[in-house]
Amino acid sequence: MLHLPNTAASAVPFGASLEELELVARDLRYQVVQLSHNAGTPHLGSALSCIDILVAAHWRALRIDPQHPEDPDRDRFILSKGHAAPALYAVLAARGFFPSAWLDGFARHQSPLAEQPAPRCAPGVELATGSLGHGLPVGIGFALAARLAQRDYRVFVVLSDGECNEGSVWEAALFAPAQRLGRLIVVIDYNKWQATGRSDQVMALPCLREKWQAFGWKAHEVDGHDLAALTGLLTRDFAADGPPTAIIAHTVKGKGVSFMEDDNNWHYRVPTDAEVAAAARELASR
Amino acid sequence: MRNAFAREITRLAREDPRVVLLSGDIGNRLFDDFKQSCPGRFFNCGVAEANMIGVAAGLAMNGYRPVCYTIAPFVTYRCLEQIRLDVCYHNVPVTIVGTGAGLSYASLGATHHSCEEMGMLRLLPGLSVFAPADAVEVRACLRAILQQPQPAYMRIGKKGEPQVHADLPAYRFGESIVLRMGRDVSFLCAGTILPLALAAADELASRGLSVGVVSMPCIKPLDEPLLSRVFAGCRVVATVEEHSVLGGLGGAVAEWLSDHPGLGARLLRFGTADEFLHETCDQEEARAHFGLTREHLTERVLATINAQPAQPC
Repeated sequence: MLHLPNTAASAVPFGASLEELELVARDLRYQVVQLSHNAGTPHLGSALSCIDILVAAHWRALRIDPQHPEDPDRDRFILSKGHAAPALYAVLAARGFFPSAWLDGFARHQSPLAEQPAPRCAPGVELATGSLGHGLPVGIGFALAARLAQRDYRVFVVLSDGECNEGSVWEAALFAPAQRLGRLIVVIDYNKWQATGRSDQVMALPCLREKWQAFGWKAHEVDGHDLAALTGLLTRDFAADGPPTAIIAHTVKGKGVSFMEDDNNWHYRVPTDAEVAAAARELASR
Repeated sequence: MRNAFAREITRLAREDPRVVLLSGDIGNRLFDDFKQSCPGRFFNCGVAEANMIGVAAGLAMNGYRPVCYTIAPFVTYRCLEQIRLDVCYHNVPVTIVGTGAGLSYASLGATHHSCEEMGMLRLLPGLSVFAPADAVEVRACLRAILQQPQPAYMRIGKKGEPQVHADLPAYRFGESIVLRMGRDVSFLCAGTILPLALAAADELASRGLSVGVVSMPCIKPLDEPLLSRVFAGCRVVATVEEHSVLGGLGGAVAEWLSDHPGLGARLLRFGTADEFLHETCDQEEARAHFGLTREHLTERVLATINAQPAQPC
């Protein structure tokens, strides 16, 4: 995997400055562009939109240790929008959960890193996802397990806006506040597109923050590309038995590469050699 | 049966702090004892079965032994993908218990019938499928299931089912329970219909036939050694279940038989037909609609025996 000049994400430690994290995000964006290109896999726009959410979580919020990925006290992170798996893989490799060389085999025969994550496929991957609407109910199970075992870990679940079409998301949204799962944090990557249309038009998604608030969540809206704002929300002191938190992160699909931004063709398109090079130039210079 | 389930899960949860019970807004007062003796380990998950199964999987991934309980069609058909992915794909020890299975709730209409769910679930990799016959089998199966580190589905009836067994102290996971051995006919039964097969066996015995009856509370994994013995040892083997003749015990045995040719016995499958039940009726009337009566079982077995060429002496 090639890196942008002087910005290898793997060299940046947990807790680094926001300036450094901006560079981490750029490098990770370049990596997911390469992963899509090398493996010929779709969903690049969806991976690019959630990079900043993953960076803020993995470099500022999550209490996880790459040396002890099974620590029962670790925070749990579920990427429920499994089609954005390359973003998760690039993040976990950069944080040292597995060798970066694994990324070179992404989606190839017998790679641990399938196009969408399989059960226990790699250290740091908490759940096999890919079918939408599964991550939040399972995340609630994680949070209830923490309560039963009297552990204080938090559970973070990233959903897509298209995923909020699924009834199981709203079943879970009704259940978690009833259980007062204050250490459950949902982040919705609200990039305004689903596979074949504007997510606000396919289903009546607008007023998403108000919806979650009405369901009993402590709901926030944030610019999903503002690392300072994301970090601020993700590092709050989450009371054990308060309401769960929902963060509506307004994002841009294809964020970071001008010719991919807000263009839903990049839900399925795979970048050419020239487009990868152009993306690299933009990400290195902006 | 549901009272037996409630008492046994309470007993097991007292012994094992990993056991948690999730209910789909059902069992009013049924679990009072559980809630009292295992505080914090009962979750009313509401009328939201997809979420309930996902929550159970999340608990199981963190070391717990969740048991999900609600009416059979709702805890199976409604949330099939959650069972398939969250539970089976991750191969975590979630136990799903469907109450009022088969035609137990015949009078409530097809919304409450579950005559296809064993077939559906039997296809899911790694999922065991149980259909105990009475309260004693419920307790034995539940104990055996919770000793295994893998997912399972168990369908049970409602209340008032006749008790067949006095006790089953040594029941092992997956095994069948032979009540009678027979040289002419063997009934293989899954679920609460076992007494019907016993009645038909009595009738056939009174006509001079040697008739066996086996309860098969576990239809997956299939008890293959038992099938080998039974098919090699008699002339007619009849499966009986409150389930479609497609996909359930009868379907499983037919599949097995196609891989084991030359065993001799003819297979008959008694169960529900490939149709919805549209008539207003109670459970007995529903069984009669599908020919699940002592008379019909007896007649069809006799007709099959009589149509067979005479056995060489």
